[in-house]
Amino acid sequence: MKQKQKWATVYLVLVFILLYTPIFYLIFYSFNEAGTMNQFSGFTLNHYSALAEDARLLIIALDTVRIALLSALIATVIGTAGAIGIYYTRQRRAQNVLLSLNNILLVSPDVIIGASFLLLFTLVGFQLGFYSVLLAHIAFSIPIVVLMVLPKLEDMNANMITAARDLGASPIQVLTSVILPSITPGILAGYFMAFTFSIDDFAVTFFVTGGGFATLSVEIYSRARQGVSLEINALSTLLFLVAVSLVSGYYFIQQQQRNRKKLSQLDPTVHEKAVTP
Amino acid sequence: MTKERKWLAVPYHLWIVLFVIVPVMLLLFQSFRGLDGSFTLVNIQTYFTSRVYLTMTLQSFFYAFLITVLTLLISYPAAYFLAQTRHKQFWLLVLILPTWMNILLKTYAFIGILSQTGFVNQGLNFIGIGAQQLLFTPLSFLIVATYIEVPFMLLPVFNAIDEIDGSMIKASRDLGAGEWQTFASVIFPLSLSGVRSGIQAVFIPSLSLFMLTRLIAGNRVITLGTAIEQNFLVTQNWGMGSTMGIVLVLIMFGVMFLTRRRRKGVTVR
Repeated sequence: MKQKQKWATVYLVLVFILLYTPIFYLIFYSFNEAGTMNQFSGFTLNHYSALAEDARLLIIALDTVRIALLSALIATVIGTAGAIGIYYTRQRRAQNVLLSLNNILLVSPDVIIGASFLLLFTLVGFQLGFYSVLLAHIAFSIPIVVLMVLPKLEDMNANMITAARDLGASPIQVLTSVILPSITPGILAGYFMAFTFSIDDFAVTFFVTGGGFATLSVEIYSRARQGVSLEINALSTLLFLVAVSLVSGYYFIQQQQRNRKKLSQLDPTVHEKAVTP
Repeated sequence: MTKERKWLAVPYHLWIVLFVIVPVMLLLFQSFRGLDGSFTLVNIQTYFTSRVYLTMTLQSFFYAFLITVLTLLISYPAAYFLAQTRHKQFWLLVLILPTWMNILLKTYAFIGILSQTGFVNQGLNFIGIGAQQLLFTPLSFLIVATYIEVPFMLLPVFNAIDEIDGSMIKASRDLGAGEWQTFASVIFPLSLSGVRSGIQAVFIPSLSLFMLTRLIAGNRVITLGTAIEQNFLVTQNWGMGSTMGIVLVLIMFGVMFLTRRRRKGVTVR
């Protein structure tokens, strides 16, 4: 038995190393004086100062964050309202249809989402750029918000709404003082997921961005196509730190939710989609 | 009361129409349009009679299959062992943290790792095999795609194993089943729901990883995604691109159907 546990640990450590090697490889060579990703010749912070002076990249980074914050916010508002709408849809059939439509964008390959959105924007003559990317990000983030909020609505004690109404609360009051407070963890998780979806997206953005506007993913792609540049490595170190703090945030929210109810009762596809970049 | 609720969900319903239904319809319509914009069946005809397109589709299918099998082989034991550790939720998060790293940065890392004088070839030199051409080969595509998809298999499989009622395992042991028998006839069948969602989460994206084929495989591997991107953004043949898009959507529905949830009664609550 002991022996078996040892092998289990060895295997897990091996998988851990496998998964982290590329990331630490990037970070390690970001300090390389030689400017390549093979021979380490000496320690330097030059690539970080080059990164700090790269105005174009800084603007792109800011744009990426701007898109992520805005698209997550709007998607959370629309998605939460949509989830409440689905919750109050009385017929089971209509509810199922709404949910299936909701999930289409979650399971579609991103190439399909990107191509079909490109068709849409071209058809209505929408200028490709910041706003087309923003709209696309809102669009593919809405379903994940719905899936995060809906279980919270179902967990909510429906008697509280009846009680509030009996006590004379207006519909707005019911919404703001009963419904919203009890689904806040779901809304926060939805916002967080929408934010990471947006930050990580490459393919959809690549299709609808046109020439003038780029997010970090698109910029990294075009630079990586030109070959190795250790400025990208320096950028990865920073983004890795951001990812670690984001995940800690997610862990915190998840732990809070777990205290209320086990998260595993969510649909597993929801959970796994929740981390799809 | 209900009237106000209806107003609340209007933007959401608008979203469903504008960004779910209309785009799918547009893709379908576009696949019936030729380069000159007229209505035609020529794209579909070309696709199904062209040896190049059909072998490309089969190849893409084959690679996605290989990637799925590889991720399953790596992830299943990991998920199984993980479910037995203490603080498993924490370690799970540690293992899937790399998914939060930008996919292009991870891909870019492999340009260094797999290059002629890179990490892997230094190792191969050291043990006497000698440096191999790794970058820009189909093998490199397989390695990197598997690397990227492993967490997406790990997570659902782990969730399924984690949900198994511990008393089932105890019962099996009490009834005299050995460790292997318990695994084969209790744990494995109960974890299949997770394997199914894992296959969904890995196979479908593997058909469309166009950035990998461009950055790592040097266009040696053409997936359906690469071909769609090529048609839409390079050659501007949107009709053909949409036709392939529809093929991809059909494959997606096929995979979803084959891996759909079986009877509810199987899952243990």
